[in-house]
Amino acid sequence: MIDSRPFRVAIVGAGPAGMYAARHLLEPPAGTYLDGRLVNLATCPVEVDVLERLPTPWGLIRGGVAPDHPEKKAITRVFDEVVRRPGFRFFGNVEVGRDVLPQELSAWYDAVIYAVGAAGDTHMGIEGEDLPGCYSAREFVAWYNGHPDHSDLDIDLSVERAVVIGNGNVAMDVARILTTPIDVLERTDIADYALAALRASRVREVIVLGRRGHLHGAFNNPELEELGELPGVDIVVEGEDLPGDGEVVLDDADAATLRKVDTLRRYAHRPIVGHPRRIVLRFLTSPVELLGHDRVEGLLASRNHLEHDPATGRLRARPTGEEAVIDAGLVLRAIGYFGTPIAGLPFDDHKGVIPSADGRVLDHGTPVPGTYVTGWVKRGPNGIIGTNKKCARDTVRSFWADAHAGRLPRADTVDAPTVREIVKQRQPALVEYDGWKAIDHHERQSGQVLGRPRIKLTNTTDLVAQARCHQ
Amino acid sequence: MAFVITGTCVADYSCVEVCPSNCIHPGPEEPGFEQAEQLYIDPHECIDCDACLEVCPVDAIFPADDIPAQWQHYTQVNADYFRSDGHD
Ligand SMILES: Cc1cc2nc3c(=O)[nH]c(=O)nc-3n(C[C@H](O)[C@H](O)[C@H](O)COP(=O)(O)OP(=O)(O)OC[C@H]3O[C@@H](n4cnc5c(N)ncnc54)[C@H](O)[C@@H]3O)c2cc1C
Ligand SMILES: NC(=O)c1ccc[n+]([C@@H]2O[C@H](COP(=O)([O-])OP(=O)(O)OC[C@H]3O[C@@H](n4cnc5c(N)ncnc54)[C@H](OP(=O)(O)O)[C@@H]3O)[C@@H](O)[C@H]2O)c1
Ligand code: SF4
Ligand code: SF4
Repeated sequence: MIDSRPFRVAIVGAGPAGMYAARHLLEPPAGTYLDGRLVNLATCPVEVDVLERLPTPWGLIRGGVAPDHPEKKAITRVFDEVVRRPGFRFFGNVEVGRDVLPQELSAWYDAVIYAVGAAGDTHMGIEGEDLPGCYSAREFVAWYNGHPDHSDLDIDLSVERAVVIGNGNVAMDVARILTTPIDVLERTDIADYALAALRASRVREVIVLGRRGHLHGAFNNPELEELGELPGVDIVVEGEDLPGDGEVVLDDADAATLRKVDTLRRYAHRPIVGHPRRIVLRFLTSPVELLGHDRVEGLLASRNHLEHDPATGRLRARPTGEEAVIDAGLVLRAIGYFGTPIAGLPFDDHKGVIPSADGRVLDHGTPVPGTYVTGWVKRGPNGIIGTNKKCARDTVRSFWADAHAGRLPRADTVDAPTVREIVKQRQPALVEYDGWKAIDHHERQSGQVLGRPRIKLTNTTDLVAQARCHQ
Repeated sequence: MAFVITGTCVADYSCVEVCPSNCIHPGPEEPGFEQAEQLYIDPHECIDCDACLEVCPVDAIFPADDIPAQWQHYTQVNADYFRSDGHD
């Protein structure tokens, strides 16, 4: 039986996954798209509090998506619309695990959905990885996007050559940001200090290393094609392994893969103009060791060949034994994000996720009542913005199934005003949605004078001060 | 003429939810959705009703005769998706 008060749900993390979960819980009248039609999943009223450790919402939309891709950030209009629905509250600058604990949330709410993303990195596990001058792309991206955790990174761009390791979209993003003409970046919302550093940058060459071949890039077509459009940048594709024109590359290659190979072939045939900057796409190459004494000076790289891996069914890279040194003063590892544990919650160290089945958190294989996950912390650090919508929908379906079956622990649930009071005690610098709107307004206004979409505030003190100043 | 989805798409399938002729793929329940870099419109099934364009939150959809220069090749890209193996 369901009693008459609304269900009270906490969502931890205001990134796409958390916001889509809120959107599905506070379902629009048209319903939820399921098996080819719109159905109503929400059968009783729900109240949703989204707790976010930063004073700003939207997760990687603000802190990940490249500053020169403003069109994608327009997705936040969907989230703004969720915020306006009755029953929604935003508690910014509140970190779960620090300001409030998972066991407290479980007591205060009928259910808790963790949508905390992935705050760490996959490591290469090679010598020299910790030398200054080697960063994860996650740190570099957070730096140029003004994430308060990384706004004080001292990235040295006085070097001539940078190496990016990995062949995903993040690798493409960082290679592009390092080579984009400054007048283009000047029209974006890139962090001010990053703009200054990039203006003074002496980086002339960015070498992107893919451990597998031309057919195995994890990047998307638009990101690959965009490189070829960069003004003042030569694109060098080292093409000895490229299949020839019209050659069948793979029996089962899909249209997207064939298109990428076509683009790479086109780049390989394009004359090199001698532009001031260049991006080199080098395949079948892995770093073996980072070289340098006090900081990175280069890396030893191995040439690879591919072999069939019976365990995964994919082709894997294996060293041929042929090695060469690449001089580089900056090395960025773009080989994947990785989740980090929250004290008091189960965690799978191998996958970097909170273990779950159908979105229900599992502790040693048993569902933890009223505890769910969605987004990167559920699936691992992959997928684009919309992938999280389906992911959140499926988690919310499990929530409703449990709600109807009476499996939610509802006895100690605390009402909305009481929770806010406790949260405010724990974090006096609580930033609510009005506070974020004040930050947003201020950032946009300061950008407007300079023809930029916004100028980001990049540390928590300034963000909190701005949020307060309009209260 | 058909409508065309361009490279801005973030695969949030808002368009699939409203398309009256079920011609936008892969939908969230179809194979390949999790791996797709974007969704595509089948030019042979599209009835030019405009519904998808109205709801796309990132303005990724255009009528084929009015595509911005940057995305001109996407008429072909959309068509090609339905020609490759495994989709029809
Ligand atoms: C560099 C980069 C660029 C990308 N660009 C694109 C793109 O152009 N297009 C596209 O479609 N996709 C892009 N993606 C993918 C997309 O951003 C992700 O699929 C999506 O953001 C994952 O959503 P999430 O909510 O799981 O995680 P996140 O977006 O990381 O959100 C997690 C949120 O939880 C908060 N949080 C973490 N821990 C706590 C805690 N203890 N307490 C409270 N809050 C907490 C974080 O601060 C964050 O706001 C990009 C990804 C990256 C890394
Ligand atoms: N514009 C966009 O739409 C956009 C922008 C950024 C990110 N994203 C999305 O966000 C997600 C994460 O992106 P990502 O780039 O971080 O991850 P990703 O797509 O998983 O790519 C990781 C890359 O690193 C390589 N790699 C992994 N381990 C390695 C190692 N030890 N040594 C060398 N190379 C290694 C992988 O190669 P193998 O293939 O050989 O494993 C792969 O090329 C993706 O789903 C991506 O599409 C989207
Ligand atoms: S124009 Fe209409 S029929 Fe064509 S894809 Fe869009 S919604 Fe579907
Ligand atoms: S509504 Fe727009 S962004 Fe969403 S799937 Fe359709 S085309 Fe892509």
